[in-house]
Amino acid sequence: MDTTFPWLTLLMVVPLVGALLVAALPAAMADRAKQIALGFSLVTLALTVGAALQFKASSLSQFQLTEVHEWIPSFGVSYALGVDGIALSLILMSAILTPVCILAAWHDVPEGGHREKNYFALMLSLLAFMVGVFAATDVFLFYVFFEAMLIPVYFLIGSFGGPRRQYAAIKFLLFSLAGGLVMLVSVIALYFQGPKGSTGFLMQNLTGLNLDVTTQKWLWLGFFIAFAVKAPMWPVHTWLPDAAAAATPATATLLVGVLDKVGTYGMIRFCLGLFPQASEWATPVVIALAIVSIIYGAFCAIGSNDLMRLISYTSISHFGFIVFGIFAMTTSAGAGAATYMINHGFTTAGLFLVAAMLVRRRGSTRISDFGGWQKITPAVAGVFLISGMSGLALPGLGSFVSEFLVITGSYSRYKGAAVISSVGLVMSAIYILWMYKRVMTGPTPTLVEPVKDLTMREKFVVAPLIASFIFLGFYPKPLFDAVNPAVQRVLSVAGVSDPAPATPFIATTGGEK
Amino acid sequence: MGFQAVSVNYWAVMPILIVFGGALLGVLVEAFAARSVRHSIQLSISVVALVAALVVLVMKSRHDQGTTLGGAVVIDGPALFQMGSVLVLGLLSVMLMAEKFSSAGADAFTPMGAAVPGSDLERTATNAGWGTGEVFPLALFSIAGMMIFPAANDLLTMFVALEVVSLPLYILTGLARRKRLLSQEAALKYFLLGSFSSAFFLFGSALIYGYAGSIHFGEVSQAISAGQTQFDGLLLPGIVFVLVGLLFKVGAVPFHAWTPDVYQGAPSAVTGFMAACTKLAAFGAILRLVYVGIEANRLDWRLGVMAVAALTMVVGSVLSVAQTDMKRLLAYSSIAHAGFILTGVLAFDKAGVSGVMFYALAYGLATIAAFGIIAMVRQADDGAEATSVRQWDGLGKSHPVVAGIFALLLLTFAGIPLTSGFTAKFAAFAPAVATGGKGGVLLVIIGVLCSAITAYVYVKLIVRMYFEEGKGDVVAWTPSVVATIALAAAVIASIGLGVMPGPVLDLAGQASQFIR
Repeated sequence: MDTTFPWLTLLMVVPLVGALLVAALPAAMADRAKQIALGFSLVTLALTVGAALQFKASSLSQFQLTEVHEWIPSFGVSYALGVDGIALSLILMSAILTPVCILAAWHDVPEGGHREKNYFALMLSLLAFMVGVFAATDVFLFYVFFEAMLIPVYFLIGSFGGPRRQYAAIKFLLFSLAGGLVMLVSVIALYFQGPKGSTGFLMQNLTGLNLDVTTQKWLWLGFFIAFAVKAPMWPVHTWLPDAAAAATPATATLLVGVLDKVGTYGMIRFCLGLFPQASEWATPVVIALAIVSIIYGAFCAIGSNDLMRLISYTSISHFGFIVFGIFAMTTSAGAGAATYMINHGFTTAGLFLVAAMLVRRRGSTRISDFGGWQKITPAVAGVFLISGMSGLALPGLGSFVSEFLVITGSYSRYKGAAVISSVGLVMSAIYILWMYKRVMTGPTPTLVEPVKDLTMREKFVVAPLIASFIFLGFYPKPLFDAVNPAVQRVLSVAGVSDPAPATPFIATTGGEK
Repeated sequence: MGFQAVSVNYWAVMPILIVFGGALLGVLVEAFAARSVRHSIQLSISVVALVAALVVLVMKSRHDQGTTLGGAVVIDGPALFQMGSVLVLGLLSVMLMAEKFSSAGADAFTPMGAAVPGSDLERTATNAGWGTGEVFPLALFSIAGMMIFPAANDLLTMFVALEVVSLPLYILTGLARRKRLLSQEAALKYFLLGSFSSAFFLFGSALIYGYAGSIHFGEVSQAISAGQTQFDGLLLPGIVFVLVGLLFKVGAVPFHAWTPDVYQGAPSAVTGFMAACTKLAAFGAILRLVYVGIEANRLDWRLGVMAVAALTMVVGSVLSVAQTDMKRLLAYSSIAHAGFILTGVLAFDKAGVSGVMFYALAYGLATIAAFGIIAMVRQADDGAEATSVRQWDGLGKSHPVVAGIFALLLLTFAGIPLTSGFTAKFAAFAPAVATGGKGGVLLVIIGVLCSAITAYVYVKLIVRMYFEEGKGDVVAWTPSVVATIALAAAVIASIGLGVMPGPVLDLAGQASQFIR
């Protein structure tokens, strides 16, 4: 197929068409909504794989599969798509997770009918926006997807979640919207720092600008606040546990697993890529916040008695690692952070979706309501353990490689912070294993109704996730091949090189170029 | 010195004349046509007049730009764009005002405005199936005034336009069929405060005339640039008073006190008309005054207007949080929007002009549709409008289409991307950042923070409609074909201006050059 084929547009159009089709299904066919939605998400996945095969890791251009069309020339806005290795792997992850989530959400809306149609239509439309936000190479277009994405998530949480869904939905929306609006000021101001004109918002026209440092700091701040809310980092993380606990598990998975990655992705793409000096200037504060997130998230996870909240706190801790890796600004820490985004997506999906299987069987999200479940549901216990191991970064599973790289990569520059962050590793073992112990071990529970072990549908849900843990753990090379050039490009734009290994004593200053 | 007749470029002002003609014809129809056919004749005349004016504007007036009527009126890009916008918005408003539902005349208006509320006379009029057809000519008169307003090239023409806009609106405000006392109270308040602000405007005009020796904006501008006359002290007070008069019309803080009461009391279709068209026309006048007339000494008064813009955004958005009545809520939201638009005005750049014009159009479309929806949502028992926000609980379940459209409009007001609200905000904020200096950036930051506050308000409404259980005592009446077309057009345009704003933005961009 020729190179001008609009792969990325297609990746958005297919799920959008699917969403419209599902939403417009006549009442008589409403019970087919989930099958159709699953079909469309699988087609999208196949197309994503097709797109990924066109991608050449050795290419010299920053973005591939590019499409550029005029959109609002009077604002300087183009419809411009393109991916580098990081964006492509995030899109691929979204495309894999969406069918998994749809399958996991099979019985989320038992009453069926109108509501069920909407539920799956919203999920498909979310997929389209997720592709768009990662593929946008126009800053304005990115902002449009960044904000527009909030609406389907808002309805997914607010209409279909648990008892506290309204509060959680509105909190989620307000945090994200406020962060996004602050970013809007920076987006506008950035345009006027660039070449302006009818394509002034294209990334390529805004990269490498010779900005004065004060301006850069302010612009950086606008972007960073939005991404810090999204990621989320301490102290603007409070919406996440509420949202994840109130949402359905599938929504929570997409929210934490994919959407929050927009925050860390944005830090790499925009904060580092567009404002290198400001990023260096802010590094100490950002790293301090990241370390606080790691430790704070871990403590909160240890203290949680709610499965869903516990898992979302582990994510806050893990996002701390990712941000730390990004701002350590070494190639290995950067590669670790970029791959961690992928591994964390699958890990979180595993934890949320398997926990949801337990919650559905027990009818409660409180950990204290469980105990001894490995005796009655051994297979669920098994997949729960594997997901947990991935969460605590067991060697042999994908997240180990990434976490290890983040710590070793950042040690050459920020010794103290790297040492403290490794405490987070120990704490992750505590919260995961202690959760497993409280849920799975102990005397056999006496339940009113007997529960089934892993069903066939649930096996299909967890199989791709576990496969991804193991694949990325033993053979992460394709992933690294994809992200490494992108990471190196960002760091070279930022003008930093790795500290020389032979002189570790001066490496901590981070001053050498 | 003999009297010399001014030359008139008739094609240039033809759209205004057509609308005036339609209005006068409407007055005759009201006097002579049979009661049973008045409503349809009036509606037809209004629609034909507005469409014809729009056609002439696009086909002919566009090519006849320049000053005319002895320099009193100038037909240039901004004037044409805003006249066109007023015609489109006015047409949609009139189509919604004409909604009859099941009554004999337009449903929103009392059958007899002169009757005392609750009196026998009123009852008799109702039972006889009378209708208030004069709302159509009144609306047309007001629309004609709104067309002159942004085209006025001197202070007196602007004042006359201001009055032609306002007087019919005072009457329209007082003609609500239900809650008539509230409506009449609103009309009186509007009238009193409106006359007060008109007086300010006139007084300011006199002072500026005293300073410059002319009421023409071009000559005022020259006088300011030339500097130093013996009446220097008159200029700034004059500018302040004139601006007070205009800022009153757009509902800027601290001249906003009338807005919530009037928006609540007026019939909903009239409220939508006021919110959309008055605001648009008044911003047109502000643009002309500020950019053509008094730009030369902007450093003297800029800070004051910036303070007004900041206050308007903050007060409008913060107070909208506490509102429990739908129409008052949208009134405060309209105040906040006026602040956002003012931010664009203060860019002092061509891009600012086009941004303001685009914003006013986009906001007008959404707000007309929103008030159109409010007019449809009724209490099941007595047919009064269900304006308490509590009554909108669960509307998403009982009336998915109505609630869906309203939710979309709320997202537009909130400025979510892919809606016209976002494009408009961008169009107004971007020039403020680019050319407004530090003050402009500060205003934009206040603007986005206030947007976040208003977003909370709108989202809370969506929560009510979709996530709360309703009591089932509210129904949405089905609108007629005419009103449905108007609503659909407004909603489609709101999305269109969000997804594909290019053509209209280009048009506004091309039309942003004033003729001095």
